[in-house]
Amino acid sequence: MVTTLLDARRARHVAEQVPDPELPMLTLADLGVLRGVELTEDGTVVARLTPTYSGCPAMAEMRADVAARLRDAGYERVEIRTVMDPPWTSDWITPAGRRKLAEHGIAPPGPAPRGAGPVPLVLSPTRHTVSCPRCGSADTEETSRFAATSCKALWRCRACREPFEYVKEI
Amino acid sequence: MSDDHVYLTLAEGHEDDARWAYGTGFEDPLHGVDTTVPEGIDAGELAALCVALADDALVSAQRLAEWITRAPELEEEVALANIGLDLLGQARLLYSRAGQVDGTGRDEDAYAYFRDAGDFRNVRLAELPNADFAFSIARLLMLSSWRLAHFERLASHPDPVLAAIAAKGVKELAYHRQYAAEWAVRLGDGTEESHRRMRRAQEQVAPYLGELFTAYDVRDEVVAVLRQVTEAAGLPMPVYRPLPGSGRDGEHTEHLAPLLAELQGVARAHPEATW
Repeated sequence: MVTTLLDARRARHVAEQVPDPELPMLTLADLGVLRGVELTEDGTVVARLTPTYSGCPAMAEMRADVAARLRDAGYERVEIRTVMDPPWTSDWITPAGRRKLAEHGIAPPGPAPRGAGPVPLVLSPTRHTVSCPRCGSADTEETSRFAATSCKALWRCRACREPFEYVKEI
Repeated sequence: MSDDHVYLTLAEGHEDDARWAYGTGFEDPLHGVDTTVPEGIDAGELAALCVALADDALVSAQRLAEWITRAPELEEEVALANIGLDLLGQARLLYSRAGQVDGTGRDEDAYAYFRDAGDFRNVRLAELPNADFAFSIARLLMLSSWRLAHFERLASHPDPVLAAIAAKGVKELAYHRQYAAEWAVRLGDGTEESHRRMRRAQEQVAPYLGELFTAYDVRDEVVAVLRQVTEAAGLPMPVYRPLPGSGRDGEHTEHLAPLLAELQGVARAHPEATW
């Protein structure tokens, strides 16, 4: 029993350390896409993953990476399950994940919009402040709400004049 | 195993169906999701709904991707491609769900690559050629406003898989609608020429609005959003006089078949090819 508990904890630890293919400074646990790791009675490791965006092209790779890492760690039976509900939110990026993003020049997201009912369309400028991850200035502006990966936007800093990426709230 | 060798990492020691390159034979995007259809749901209706929503998304994604290398600015290409990628992801999930429930066991490729134009159930608005940037914006505004409102309803659908796909899509579609709305205002409230083109584009898409409303009654909500944007853009409200026929019944314009020919060509020339 003790062995099983330790084994479950070790399996979780192995899965948690797998880096994200597109934001390799983050682990899948930092990003909040690893939704659980369990050891079943017959010794199968079941890891649950959720996609960030519907079209995330890295999902198959994440799945393969987690399975490969667990097999390398000695777990012969590995099962990766996709979970769709509840949908991923940028709020699940851990504090450690946010710190690592900023250290790598990517501004972490603010709190995701919440609320029941229809999403309102706001056309008046309601720009929230994003601090430059390089110089810390709040004098920044959005250049594009879409960037090299689904989860990011492009911003630039007016103070240090550097462009930077920003993980969008979703 | 080394993280430096992505291909090797992928090639060794896991399921044969794990691929991430382009081609056919992708891993099921709903891999490991409980596929049971709850009692009391008409599987045929559920599958038809999933296919129609997936077809809208796939055809829209193809038109959006055509802007790559042609948009006014690089940032807009990136934006349009990202929106297309979100829709492509929604299409993959919806096709997979359709194949699970309609009894055929078809995978996403069977729906995307091996059906002809007459089998597609997308609205005709999605398949019209891009024309100018204003037209693509007017279309995206109309389609994303409707899809967002529709998905908000579908998030409480009795089928938990469709509900989860919709709840996820809502977050993405809010970004799509915001992008289109801001461009519509920018163009409508811009130069004389951009105003003229945005007005023309709104008039060109107007006849296709009616085709969007079938099951859930979101018409008032969608029209209210279109009015909000149109007024902010300083444009007159177009007349929404519907065209006869519907893409939902497989009646399409002459533009769908060439779009599909391009989309399906490789998969049909090399069926079952993987790489």
